[in-house]
Amino acid sequence: MPVEQREDTVVWRRRDKRQAVIHWFVTLGIAAVVLWCFKLIADDTTWEFVWSAPEQGADLAIRMFLPEWFVDIPQLWRDGELWVHVAEYFRQRGLYAMELWDPLVDTIHIATLGTVLGVMIASPLAFLAARNTTPSTTFVRPIALALLVTSRSVNSLIWALLLVVIIGPGMLAGIIAIALRSVGFCGKLLYEAIEEIDENTRDAVKSTGASGMQVLTFGVIPQIAPAFAGISIYRWDINIREATILGLVGAGGIGMALQSAIDTLAWGQVSVIFLAILATVVLSEWVSAKARAAVT
Amino acid sequence: MLVIEGLLKRYPDGFEALKGVDVTIEDGELVALIGPSGAGKSTLIRCVNRLVEPTEGTIELNELELTTLNRAGLRRARRRMAMIFQNYALVERLTVMENVLSGRLGSVGFFKSLFRRFPQDDVDNAFALLEKVGLEGLHDRRADALSGGQQQRVGIARALMQDPDILLVDEPTASLDPRTARQVMGLLADLCEEHGLAAIINIHDVPLARDYTDRILGLKAGELVFDGPPEELTDDVLPEIYGGEDWSKEPSEDDEEEEDIRSSGQFLAEEVL
Ligand SMILES: Nc1ncnc2c1ncn2[C@@H]1O[C@H](COP(=O)(O)OP(=O)(O)OP(=O)(O)O)[C@@H](O)[C@H]1O
Ligand SMILES: [Mg+2]
Repeated sequence: MPVEQREDTVVWRRRDKRQAVIHWFVTLGIAAVVLWCFKLIADDTTWEFVWSAPEQGADLAIRMFLPEWFVDIPQLWRDGELWVHVAEYFRQRGLYAMELWDPLVDTIHIATLGTVLGVMIASPLAFLAARNTTPSTTFVRPIALALLVTSRSVNSLIWALLLVVIIGPGMLAGIIAIALRSVGFCGKLLYEAIEEIDENTRDAVKSTGASGMQVLTFGVIPQIAPAFAGISIYRWDINIREATILGLVGAGGIGMALQSAIDTLAWGQVSVIFLAILATVVLSEWVSAKARAAVT
Repeated sequence: MLVIEGLLKRYPDGFEALKGVDVTIEDGELVALIGPSGAGKSTLIRCVNRLVEPTEGTIELNELELTTLNRAGLRRARRRMAMIFQNYALVERLTVMENVLSGRLGSVGFFKSLFRRFPQDDVDNAFALLEKVGLEGLHDRRADALSGGQQQRVGIARALMQDPDILLVDEPTASLDPRTARQVMGLLADLCEEHGLAAIINIHDVPLARDYTDRILGLKAGELVFDGPPEELTDDVLPEIYGGEDWSKEPSEDDEEEEDIRSSGQFLAEEVL
């Protein structure tokens, strides 16, 4: 009882004495577990590598962004040749950036088509999974839920790995990988939106003698339309980011360019790819934010 | 004519919300259903159009037994009964016109309704009804952009759009201010008379029920404890329906509060001593 009598005032505390002691021990226990985990991780770490990380990172950054003639800059400046080198530096990178245009567009295609396909599969599943629209809670609902969980628990990179083996490398594998991962995400959010609809409205449509499909199109879908649009756009934005790495396993897009640049130790190209990805992601997030604001 | 006999509703948790209700409602009769919260009023009218499945008993609308109908039969029967809700239950993101026309869903095919190709007669009728309920010119407004009173008028228009035999009305005025509530009840009563409609109206406002209906049913804990014309619903009868004693005075909320304060004060005093 958190209310205590002290002389002639009634004192209210968040916890009584017993609860406070329990609370204290639980906090201590959690702290101990955290420390113990930290020790496990520390024992498992090769600290030499960690200490040399700043050095290695700097080295990589230099190889990516600084040209070979960097050390000669004072000399080049005196010879009046610096600008030639600078111009050449940007020309090369610019040329390479143009080469990236096609894989970049492929990446956006993979993300967009994957999202569309994913949402198309997710929508019916969501209606089967939502408690208030499923035809059977004992049989159909668990199956739909299981499918959604399966889709969600496998990363799209892993879906892509599998699909590249099954249908061969290329964009199609990427599109399907993105779609399969999106099904779980969109399906889950969508069925939660369906479960939150106003049942009165649905009852009102039902009570006019409307058929099952009419109840769905008049009583349910208008209520979830904003959520549906918001979820799809949000997932598209995530998929742009996911699609950039699918090429690492051969599923098309800019990741393939990244892979070959890393394989040939062309660090200059890697830096251009990073910048291109960054620009695309920023742009897609902006589009997504605007579009979502417009539909809700 | 609606004939309800031995209507019993047991919810899955075993609770009996209706314990054998018998009542007959004549054509064109305006009936108020009153009773305390949890008495089973909503359950009763929802059993009629089977939004809630009755457990036992029979319900006949114009000699048609409703409780045993199959899906298609139930759809057809539901066209004859229209429902009006406390919180309006409009499809908020659709327009007023779409909401009113949705009253015809029982009679229009799926694709026609999907593409909003409602028969011209229905559209004419919808415009006429909107005028009748005082919403002329608002047909393109989104339903959630209307005031509560206006939304309830849309709800009424949607119900009448069905061209029903009976209206099932669940607390039509509970979310409205007193004046709007009177207007809406007046509108309902007028329309019922004009269209020769019967109606069961769940309502908490006893004076409103007295003023606008022909007959009052009192439901208490799932049983019908009063059935008679408004004049017979005197202040001596109200305790039988609602419990409590003092009905000659206005509702006793203030008294209860006073009592609470007094007893808690006593408690404090004892503690301190
Ligand atoms: N789905 C349900 N499952 C179990 N019990 C229910 C369910 N719906 C209603 N009840 C119970 O049935 C009783 C009657 O409910 P009902 O909604 O019909 O009351 P009411 O008379 O309309 O009350 P109010 O005036 O507050 O609307 C209540 O005690 C309620 O708790
Ligand atoms: Mg009720």
